[in-house]
Amino acid sequence: MTGKSDITLTINGRRYPLSVEPRRTLADAIRENCGQTGTHLGCEHGVCGACTVLLDGEPVRSCLMFAVQAEGREIRTVEGLAAGGELHPLQRAFIEHHGLQCGFCTPGFLMLAAGVLEREPDISDADLLDVLSSNLCRCTGYQNIIKAVRAAAAEMRAK
Amino acid sequence: MTAPAKGSATWVGRSIRRLEDPALVAGRGRFTADLPAAHWVRFVRSPLASGRIEKISVPEGAMIITAADLAGVGPIRPILHKFDYVPVAQPVLASGVVRFVGEAVAAVVAASAQAAEDIADEVELKIAEAAHVIDARAALADGATAVHAEARRNVIVEGKFATPDFDTTRAAAHRLVRVEARSRRQNATPLEARGGHAAFDPATGRITLTCSTQMPHLTRTAIADLIGMPEAELRVIAPDVGGGFGQKMSLAPEYVVLVWLAKKLRSSVAWAEDRRENLIAGFHSRDQYVELEGAFDQTGKLVALCADVVANVGAYSCFPTTCGVEPLMAMAELPGPYDVRAYKCRARGVLTHTCPMAPYRGVSRPVITFAIERLMDRAAAEFGIEPTEIRRRNLVDRFPYTSATGLVFDDATYRQTMEIACAAIDVPAFRARQRKARAEGRYIGVGFATFSERTGYGTPAFAARGMEITPGFETVEMAMDPSGFVEARIGASPHGQGLRTTLAQIIADEVGVAPERVRVVHGDTDRTPYGWGTFASRSLVISGGAALLAARKVRAKLVKIAGILLEAAPHDIVLEAGVAKVAGTDRAIPIARLARAAYHQTQLLKGEVEPGIAESAVYDPAGTFSNACHAAIVEVDAETGHVAIERFVVAEDAGRLINPMIVDGQIHGGVAQGIANALLEEIVYDDTGNILTTTLADYLPPTAHEIPPIDIHHLETLSDATITKAKGLGEGGTIGAPAAVVNAINDALSPFGVSIDEIPATPQRIRAALRAATTKQ
Amino acid sequence: MKPAPFVHHTPRSVEEAVAILAEVASDDGRVLAGGQSLVPTMAFRLAKPAHLVDINAVAGLDRLAVEGDKLAIGACVRHAAFHRPVVAGPLGRLLAFVVRHIAHYPIRVRGTFCGSLAHADPASEWSLVAATLGAELTAVSARGSRTLAADDFFAGIMTTALAEDELLSEARLPLLADDVRFGFYEFSRRAGDYAIAMTLATFRVADGVIVEPKVGIGGVEGTPRRIFEAERALDGRPPDGAAFRAAAEAAVDVVDPLEDIQAGAAYRRDLVRAVTRRALERAIA
Repeated sequence: MTGKSDITLTINGRRYPLSVEPRRTLADAIRENCGQTGTHLGCEHGVCGACTVLLDGEPVRSCLMFAVQAEGREIRTVEGLAAGGELHPLQRAFIEHHGLQCGFCTPGFLMLAAGVLEREPDISDADLLDVLSSNLCRCTGYQNIIKAVRAAAAEMRAK
Repeated sequence: MTAPAKGSATWVGRSIRRLEDPALVAGRGRFTADLPAAHWVRFVRSPLASGRIEKISVPEGAMIITAADLAGVGPIRPILHKFDYVPVAQPVLASGVVRFVGEAVAAVVAASAQAAEDIADEVELKIAEAAHVIDARAALADGATAVHAEARRNVIVEGKFATPDFDTTRAAAHRLVRVEARSRRQNATPLEARGGHAAFDPATGRITLTCSTQMPHLTRTAIADLIGMPEAELRVIAPDVGGGFGQKMSLAPEYVVLVWLAKKLRSSVAWAEDRRENLIAGFHSRDQYVELEGAFDQTGKLVALCADVVANVGAYSCFPTTCGVEPLMAMAELPGPYDVRAYKCRARGVLTHTCPMAPYRGVSRPVITFAIERLMDRAAAEFGIEPTEIRRRNLVDRFPYTSATGLVFDDATYRQTMEIACAAIDVPAFRARQRKARAEGRYIGVGFATFSERTGYGTPAFAARGMEITPGFETVEMAMDPSGFVEARIGASPHGQGLRTTLAQIIADEVGVAPERVRVVHGDTDRTPYGWGTFASRSLVISGGAALLAARKVRAKLVKIAGILLEAAPHDIVLEAGVAKVAGTDRAIPIARLARAAYHQTQLLKGEVEPGIAESAVYDPAGTFSNACHAAIVEVDAETGHVAIERFVVAEDAGRLINPMIVDGQIHGGVAQGIANALLEEIVYDDTGNILTTTLADYLPPTAHEIPPIDIHHLETLSDATITKAKGLGEGGTIGAPAAVVNAINDALSPFGVSIDEIPATPQRIRAALRAATTKQ
Repeated sequence: MKPAPFVHHTPRSVEEAVAILAEVASDDGRVLAGGQSLVPTMAFRLAKPAHLVDINAVAGLDRLAVEGDKLAIGACVRHAAFHRPVVAGPLGRLLAFVVRHIAHYPIRVRGTFCGSLAHADPASEWSLVAATLGAELTAVSARGSRTLAADDFFAGIMTTALAEDELLSEARLPLLADDVRFGFYEFSRRAGDYAIAMTLATFRVADGVIVEPKVGIGGVEGTPRRIFEAERALDGRPPDGAAFRAAAEAAVDVVDPLEDIQAGAAYRRDLVRAVTRRALERAIA
């Protein structure tokens, strides 16, 4: 169908019935159809990672998927990271370690790190650096992002 | 966070967490592209560098705006009154001719971004190709085609300077050392590209333009002037801005089109620049040749410096600074932190058929610092001394110091910061390690860069450039509401650097309340006093100075009220931790109570104090220089040309640190962009003027892998140049890093006898130099 | 940068997929697997397929299994599947080592092994693995199925021997004997960037000398390929620096490098020398 497809996206546990063209990227659907604008578009060709969301727990570039492909999957975005109003350890660590400046890349980094740490809380520093090199940040020079994610990882392990 | 920490009597100087962050980490930031709009615009852009527009074929039923529709809209034509500047006009949509690949020729309007793009795909541009010139030196050559007929030999601005003693001093010198430095072209690449949203308000007939800008007030002025509407009918909002680094300081022609469309359609119209557009048309920077000749005496003292600067400014001149900013700043500041009395310079801005240049973090100084720091290292090699030693012999060390071009350096620590960096590196130990590594066929090197960073300069400094639009002052309006909260409305406009937090710290100390009780309002021309915005490492210094002055007025009023209510002399009143106290007694009253009285019980003020608490202050300083030494240790893989940065040291003196955490963040980010400039990022045009780096897989911002930990040391020389004693430092990281890294590369490769004087020093360039050297041997 | 419109097809079986493909292939129909290369080209509108045959829901294509002396990799097996060895012995380790060079983690979560082969970017790591180890590739269409050797599969830059109605349904890699050594070395500008040059080498050492050497080079020419001249320089010689240098020089001599903004021909030759020797050194490290 080039016409619109009726689908339901599940974002942060909430269901969003939508009617979208197949060409609608998941990122655009999350932002425009579902109004969750915390997921940002930095390049729309899969390099910068600002649009990273969790799809069934794994970080993916939401600009490189079509919304119609995400039906029936669990999508998590930055808006769903804080549980019951309490900030996620990663969110607190980014504030504490000055892991953000303009904040545009931050949702993507948070979701990237959340996906990886939830799966692999004991990740080595070298592997973590590899993971964090997935996304671009133009403000921080990365050092404080790395510090923040390590600190959050330590906290998540301790729990 | 209810009171300053133990051991610190003030909020200033503490690394409090940013007030901006809770919303941003929760995805609750408000960025321009988050706004819904009734109409979306896609710009049709020129595929050719130069040509005459013959026909624009419009698909049936499509709404497309071209220059012909914008007949009443003036062109962007910034003015400089000095240095033989030739004003050139840039129509907001190309009119008649195109002058660079990516120039907007038409605007397609549709109900969604994708629909607009679908239509734009169908628009056929018929452009008769014309002669073009891409490189600045080629543009200066005899017979080069003219980008604008009015600029002879494509020179749009030319500065000349010479001290009277230059020729004689040079002639008497012991040794001449030359360097021909080249900086390739960069794009500032904020992670949020540009974007605007213009909305018509049927109730008032006004337009609100929300856009990702560093300069909301001047954006309003410029667009109102170009369209011919009263400024009062236009409101400009800069919401959260996803980085700018200078790129969002210059006026985007696209925003003019959006406002015009919103007026015409009486509706809302949005444009979200995509990454490809940003890379080809979102302003470029840094494309320069700098030839230097240093004349040294027998002791290695630089006695005369001669410079020729050729800056490629692209096809048009950016508003408001004009494209003169790069070459003219180069001319004024090229001697850098070195004490040289005889100086001669010619600096030209040259038009080409490429994307226009605009200020980018560091503006000119990354390139001139690179050039003069390469010169110093070459001179050190010729004199057979350490690079740090030649700097010791030449750095300015008496203050105030008036440079050959008349700049006044207030108290600075050029020598001291270099010695700190030297000690951190441990140069003798490094040399031993370097020798050992070479014996094993490994090439490591150390590089230094010392520089001054002119910051926080106000009207006089800009006026000296002859700018028609002369920035400088900042205004802060401050009110305390009846509940005791402070609202500071600032003319400046941050783009992610944490200004809300740092200003709140300054205000909190003065007014005696915690920073979270200070709300800084910015980026809305309806809510804030006219101001300039973020550029030239000025926001904290100038807006901070105005905030301090306004806060002092608020303080004075609070103290007066407290004196009345506590029946004490105002000079005995102390404001702190939310309370006004009579010094040395237990008599106290909450500051919020004073605020209530100021509004709701003005009868208590006995007519001695005007009702309400609302003050305003302006600050417009002469300017100051912060300074730093950067040192890098690199390892060059001689087989692949790959450069790994093993260590990076920054010894910085930016006066008083308002929030050390934020300061270090600025340095980290600046250094990362400087490293990118040194090694990675390059906008590449082919010979036809087509741009080859249109994706982030071709244009290469660094990832976490490419940026090393950065070891930062601070000195805090408290100068009287600013009332907060703080100096700016937003650009410094970007200024020093390219020179430090490339000097380190050259030091590593010194056994090969190569000299890399071009940035970025890509692996391919390094290998080419090594191949040439090997062939020569 | 919004993709042009297309018709989205979601077959549930290979038969259904190839039937749709037969119908839409001539009307610019393409297979969509992980989409990590195709979707960016659609975003830039360099590709505007009218139909996408989305195979993500096709049953059985995520199969990853040892069959006899081969590792069978279905069309929807993601790169990330190889993060940990998928099979005992050198092959599992080789794939786990190589996979970390492919783009970045979130891309590896979506992108597929077979998709990389079908896309045939000269810088594809998996294409190099397939060419060097001698993969067998199964192409299915409504007309039937056929098996291609990797050598016959890669036809040029982003060009393969697949007909437009064919789906690359599976790739099979030969398992490697326990004593096979491997070395891989890639040069790219940034972490995760496309390879500008890379070498994969495998060999065994018997009686102190190299036997059955395979040296594949990718990112350098239009397609990855084995460099027999380099292999001859290794065969029967002790695995030492002299042999490795000779192999690297042999490779430098015979490659016909691509030129682009990151690397001209001379520079790519420099890199071939470095990555080939280093891959060989890693094989004995």
